[in-house]
Amino acid sequence: MALLTGTGLRSRRAGRRLAADAGLLFVAAAFVLPLAWVVLSSLDAHADLRVRVPDGLTLDNFDAVLKPDITFTPLLNSLVLCGGGTALTVVCAALAAYPLSRFRSRLNRPFLLTILFATCLPITAIMVPVYALFVRVNLIDTVQGTVFFFAASQLPFAIWLMKNFMDGVPKELEEAAWTDGASSLQSLVRIVLPLMGPGVAVVTVFSFVMMWGNFFVPFMLLLTPDQMPASVSINDFFGNRGTVVYGQLAAFSVIYSTPVILLYVLVARRLGGGFALGGAVKG
Amino acid sequence: MSVGTRAAPATPVAATAVSSRRPGRARLLARGLPVVPAVVLLLLFLAGPIVYCAYIAFTDLQLTGQAHSSFVGFDNFRAAFKDEAFLNAVWLTLVFTVLSSLVGQNTLGLTLAALMQRASKPVRTLVGGIVITAWVLPEVVAGFLLYAFFRREGTLNAILDWLHLPTQNWLFTLPILAVSFANVWRGTAFSMLVYSAALNEIPKEITEAAEVDGAGGWRRMWHITLPMIRRSIGTNLMLNTLQTLSVFGLIWVMTRGGPGNRSQTLPLFMYEQAFQKSMIGYGTAVALLLLVVGALFSVVYMRLLRTEV
Repeated sequence: MALLTGTGLRSRRAGRRLAADAGLLFVAAAFVLPLAWVVLSSLDAHADLRVRVPDGLTLDNFDAVLKPDITFTPLLNSLVLCGGGTALTVVCAALAAYPLSRFRSRLNRPFLLTILFATCLPITAIMVPVYALFVRVNLIDTVQGTVFFFAASQLPFAIWLMKNFMDGVPKELEEAAWTDGASSLQSLVRIVLPLMGPGVAVVTVFSFVMMWGNFFVPFMLLLTPDQMPASVSINDFFGNRGTVVYGQLAAFSVIYSTPVILLYVLVARRLGGGFALGGAVKG
Repeated sequence: MSVGTRAAPATPVAATAVSSRRPGRARLLARGLPVVPAVVLLLLFLAGPIVYCAYIAFTDLQLTGQAHSSFVGFDNFRAAFKDEAFLNAVWLTLVFTVLSSLVGQNTLGLTLAALMQRASKPVRTLVGGIVITAWVLPEVVAGFLLYAFFRREGTLNAILDWLHLPTQNWLFTLPILAVSFANVWRGTAFSMLVYSAALNEIPKEITEAAEVDGAGGWRRMWHITLPMIRRSIGTNLMLNTLQTLSVFGLIWVMTRGGPGNRSQTLPLFMYEQAFQKSMIGYGTAVALLLLVVGALFSVVYMRLLRTEV
């Protein structure tokens, strides 16, 4: 009897696995269509708006966009903005998370609650006052102003994430270093940060990816076309250049998206399937 | 998480032995100093604009041709609630949020996570990869991909045509539906990750026991799984909603809020008032309302996480 139920369950499970696979593949098919369009169109000399297999593969679209003013300058601008913003975010977050994770203070809880509260605020909403403020203090259309704002907008989440990772590093090793006369900064840099390497990597990559894809912040705070990052300059494919060459737009999209996808894969591998970030966000 | 579990707290004796060697004020300085750069950045570039936002929302500040602005009290807010374009934006924001976040991302994310529990490994990896790629893509690129998908000459109509179903110009006839679908496409991965993590934490014995007792799939979902992950559902809904409330680039790329203002959610309305119509004061009043809604959601979210801080 027990055996019978066992096989019954097993075959029912196999059936269910098949059904689950079918369901997932159906959803994936719907998800993959827009992605297929961008990849196929970038390799198609006669690309339009429809997914279709090109008659012959060509790299002409990539050739056409791989020029300083179309691709290299915007990507370099993106790199400067997002690299600067990320560096500032990670350094400030690591410094701020250290005392929050290591020492007890009456201020920790209110500070963390404020940070958590700020994490949830819709940053989009404050872009109009930020613009007005930046005009007033002459930070409008400056790279450093945009970098500062990027860093500030990413900081609450970065501090929160960093503190959670730091809590996972045991305290005993540092205490040994302290008795040997090391300062807190030394023990942070030499002991804690190396031990939480994957955590630092997650915060870094996550901040960078968020900034790399952000459109509204540089769209509002930068005015000079030469300073625009890729997220804004991609708009030039519409309008300014006359009729839209979809193949080139697709090729540019592929070039612009590749770094963040690679970075994500890098971190997701290290943390076992990318589910860690979901867990970290959950609290 | 790969970092391992939280370490046991150090013994109080050791902690005081180390820290008592420093005098009180110096210790406070040493511990407070690292926080200073972050606090300065946050005050100048986040808290500052929010306070400034609360101030100019009550003025008639304009972009050009005005020497100085004056305080107008609640005029901007009164004007907003009489403005049909504003009420339209509120309605569309509601539709966009409910359709794409509450219904779309949340339900689809949970469904995908639940199916992944049962699916075979290669399918799970493949589907996860595709859905996450859509999430990682830059906002503007996602906007273009979905623009191409929904255009009259686009992929969706090609498929409908092939199935002999009626086609239409989606971005013109149902713009808010098109941008909502775009947001589902882009945002579902987050819910999927949160729910996968939550479902993995449910002990296998419980669902297996229910299965042996003869509870079907739906009943197990409704009576066992959902109650056990209700905290994750709460936080996920909250974060999805906040994310969706502030979507700008995706809609901007796909429709610019049009045709007319039929896909103009609050962030796009705010932008139009402040910059295309040069009424910074009015635009900021709208921004402040958006911030207040966000702040209310934040408070609820913090209550949900209450035990963890």
